[in-house]
Amino acid sequence: MQEGNVIEVEDLTKRFGDFTAVDKISFAVKQGEIFGFLGANGAGKTTAMRMLIGLSKPSSGEAKVAGFDVYRENEQIKNNIGYMSQKFSLYEDLTVKENIRFYAGIYGKSDQFIKEKTSIILKQLHMEEQANNLVVSLPLGWKQKLAFSVAVFHEPRIVFLDEPTGGVDPVTRREFWQMIYKAADKGITVFVTTHYMDEAEYCHRVSIMVDGRIEALDNPAALKKRFNARNMEEVFLKLARGAKRAE
Amino acid sequence: MISVQHISKSYRQGKGQVKALDNISFEVLKGELFGLIGPDGAGKTSLFRILTTLLLADQGIATVDDADVVKEYRHIRQRVGYMPGRFSLYQDLSVEENLQFFATIFNTTVAENYEQIKEIYVQLEPFKKRLAGKLSGGMKQKLALCCALVHRPDVLFLDEPTTGVDAVSRIEFWDILKRLKADGITVLVSTPYMEEAAKCDRVALVQGGKILSTGTPDELLKGFGQKIYAAKAASMLALLEALKQNALVKDAYPFGEYHHVILKEDRLDDLVHSLGMPDLEIMETSPDIEDCFISLMSH
Repeated sequence: MQEGNVIEVEDLTKRFGDFTAVDKISFAVKQGEIFGFLGANGAGKTTAMRMLIGLSKPSSGEAKVAGFDVYRENEQIKNNIGYMSQKFSLYEDLTVKENIRFYAGIYGKSDQFIKEKTSIILKQLHMEEQANNLVVSLPLGWKQKLAFSVAVFHEPRIVFLDEPTGGVDPVTRREFWQMIYKAADKGITVFVTTHYMDEAEYCHRVSIMVDGRIEALDNPAALKKRFNARNMEEVFLKLARGAKRAE
Repeated sequence: MISVQHISKSYRQGKGQVKALDNISFEVLKGELFGLIGPDGAGKTSLFRILTTLLLADQGIATVDDADVVKEYRHIRQRVGYMPGRFSLYQDLSVEENLQFFATIFNTTVAENYEQIKEIYVQLEPFKKRLAGKLSGGMKQKLALCCALVHRPDVLFLDEPTTGVDAVSRIEFWDILKRLKADGITVLVSTPYMEEAAKCDRVALVQGGKILSTGTPDELLKGFGQKIYAAKAASMLALLEALKQNALVKDAYPFGEYHHVILKEDRLDDLVHSLGMPDLEIMETSPDIEDCFISLMSH
């Protein structure tokens, strides 16, 4: 891998029968970068992400994540990344503390480490009083902030966030992005998908997938310039409207 | 067409109670496209379930098409179309079968009302033999809308039809709603995407079971009543922290490419001076519905 890169992808492809979900995508992500991974529904984002986190074997092409090969070293990849999604991130019938303990335990962290870091995190989230409450009782925004903290608890090199802010109120959504910025500042690479186009502006670089291919990849300012657009929503619409694939 | 007066609803949760709706009142006029704008947990779904006669309120009165949601629920069920937030069609029936099923329940046929759904259904027709469970997200959403429309309702209740849907499909969906409105159908639609408020005739901003504000999108923007600045610098994180710590700043938060800044008093020059950032770019901008929401939330 090239110095400073934590993800390197070359001609990565995934076919299901005669359907090519991901069609020869190539890109690299640098350490500490906030990388926005956009695309219309059905463009192939989820399939691509599943290959990168070691849950799905590519049909062809190469990819290395945190220095490990997606074909042969997917277990090592899982140890070096964090993952959170909008749909499932925490066990609702466990308490806040139990969720932290459970995830940290899976990653093999010591009791001492878990104990110390749990109190730091609860303090940062202002959730000390809720530590022993069931997650089901938390408002969505709190859940998502907690889920992010849990996803980076074991100090992974990369965290994958799949629509982390869907349905979250505008104030909490912004607090969530401040957590992302701080994580990136500490050197954690953030790979994020979103349907909120204002959030695309918060990313260092953005890729836009159309029909299984990456049609554009650059920083938001350069993309806006290239597509003569006022904002990222216009860039996205210009590209995604060209999609041929019926979802 | 829809009248909601002092509706409240609580749920039991463990030992405590959660107030899903807290004394909500508003009206929707005939033929209006009315938006309930708010995040998850605002109470939108509870309200839809009460208005479609699927859930009883603890307190308050609501009517739909002049019929009481409790006493005259039969009338309401005949006259409304409801598209719940969760995909509610039969996954193991085909596209065509789902549509026929919903038409039959309302004692009508697809043929009789084909005009009503035609524009949307033509996109689904190539897949009419496919099982509903095998459709993509956008297609499922269009089928659900057809099923809610097949009996020619007067009022349409759409609970978060665009959640998790990409920006292109969202725009298409709002175009469909505009056409339904032109056909005279009253539409109550909820969404967590603030920018979609602009597409409604009137909206209510909802949060934590309460209505923060009601009005036309323009009225809400005019009601913002504060000057708002857009600021940018090379390090956006450093800029945000500097703004938040500055005594002249009332509020500052990221907003797309810029940070939005609201000052305690109109002393922009003093702010620029005290920040002392050579690469700072700052200019006045106009508020957006999301700015209104943020401002109302912090009150």
